[in-house]
Amino acid sequence: MSAPVLLLAGVTRDHVQGGETVHALRGVDLAVHAGELVAVMGPSGSGKSTLLHVAGGLDSPTSGRVLVEDRDLATLSAAQVAAVRRRSVGYVFQDLNLLPSLSALENVSLPLELDGTRGSMARRAAREALDEVGMGALAGRFPDEMSGGQQQRVAIARALVGPRRLLLADEPTGALDSTTGEEVLRILRARCEAGAAGVLVTHEARHAAWADRVVFLRDGVVVDQSGPAAGAETLLAAGGGA
Amino acid sequence: MDTEYAYSVSMSIRHGLLALLERGPSHGYQLRAEFDAATGATWPLNVGQVYTTLARLERDGLVAQDGVPDTEGRIAYRLTDQGRDEVRAWFGSPVNQKAAPRDELAIKLALAVTTPGVDVLSVVQTQRTSTMTAMQEFTRLKVRAAEDDLAWSLVLDSMVFRAEAEIRWLDHCEARVARAAARRPQNTAVETSSAPTGPAARR
Repeated sequence: MSAPVLLLAGVTRDHVQGGETVHALRGVDLAVHAGELVAVMGPSGSGKSTLLHVAGGLDSPTSGRVLVEDRDLATLSAAQVAAVRRRSVGYVFQDLNLLPSLSALENVSLPLELDGTRGSMARRAAREALDEVGMGALAGRFPDEMSGGQQQRVAIARALVGPRRLLLADEPTGALDSTTGEEVLRILRARCEAGAAGVLVTHEARHAAWADRVVFLRDGVVVDQSGPAAGAETLLAAGGGA
Repeated sequence: MDTEYAYSVSMSIRHGLLALLERGPSHGYQLRAEFDAATGATWPLNVGQVYTTLARLERDGLVAQDGVPDTEGRIAYRLTDQGRDEVRAWFGSPVNQKAAPRDELAIKLALAVTTPGVDVLSVVQTQRTSTMTAMQEFTRLKVRAAEDDLAWSLVLDSMVFRAEAEIRWLDHCEARVARAAARRPQNTAVETSSAPTGPAARR
């Protein structure tokens, strides 16, 4: 198997709140490969958002290592980490995703242009990314002319435009109704099947079920995980006792 | 399948009685009362079922008669080592969605919180992982379902929503068990030995 796109090894993260140390992550190991969507599930306060921030270079671990496409973020300068964030990692959040004064196309091409890609090339890449999430026909629309589900699809296109292969999503379906939310998850999954590595943080079991693997986080520790292979074995092993 | 259902009901009674005997030797009437008390009488047993099941458990070497009959002629039973292993294996395995009556999970958790030595949070997590795996399988089938096959897709949705309800209930159980354990850190029947998920790890 090729090297994982994202690798967390023994990651801890302590926050100090009001003089007290809070151990948000307490030794997390996680590998996410290309083509794989991994859901991280846990109650609020379990450390899932911290995990996503650390994975995306938005926050640094107290100890342990974070590798994005084989680059150890701890060994990079701040400017190099920023470059990894722009070129390797795409983020989708629950809201505040799109700039309201820009069209869908401009929203998607902006990160490439900020990174120095020429305007015409950036727009071509943006159009391709929009096509892939089924939004090509609405490329000229502004965010307030689109539904919530359409906006979230544009956000996914923006997160994956260009060469980026790591997609980090924090409750991306939070504000959407169940049918629209499902469409967004379907696209997220399809993008991962097409070669991206995805991490989806959610507290909703129904959303986590779209992932290839579900990691259960409790008090900053991975307590268990479920996947299709593990599932079949569990069922066979349980057959005698049930 | 009726016979399959009847089979798994009788399996649940077996395991339920074994779990109750983990607390100490007991006779049939007492076991029936304790089973009703633990499960809120959602699944009333008659005493005949209890004695038939005890006889089979004795035949299988999972329980043994404990001493002589009391003044009213009632015989107490105790767990054998093999019976104790069986209880541990039952709490350690998830309820099979396809074969088991759904109440088995409620009964298992009701007994888990009142049986000494059972790590309730790990019983909850074992089930959560199993249910999540089933849910992932339903979702995978949905992804593959033909776009025009609305009927099949809705059937899959019903299974997904049912599994979701179970996971939400498990989350709720976990939160309540943790809160109860935090309130009574000592002398409680609720065992929370595994450090990572235990209440000690919670703030």
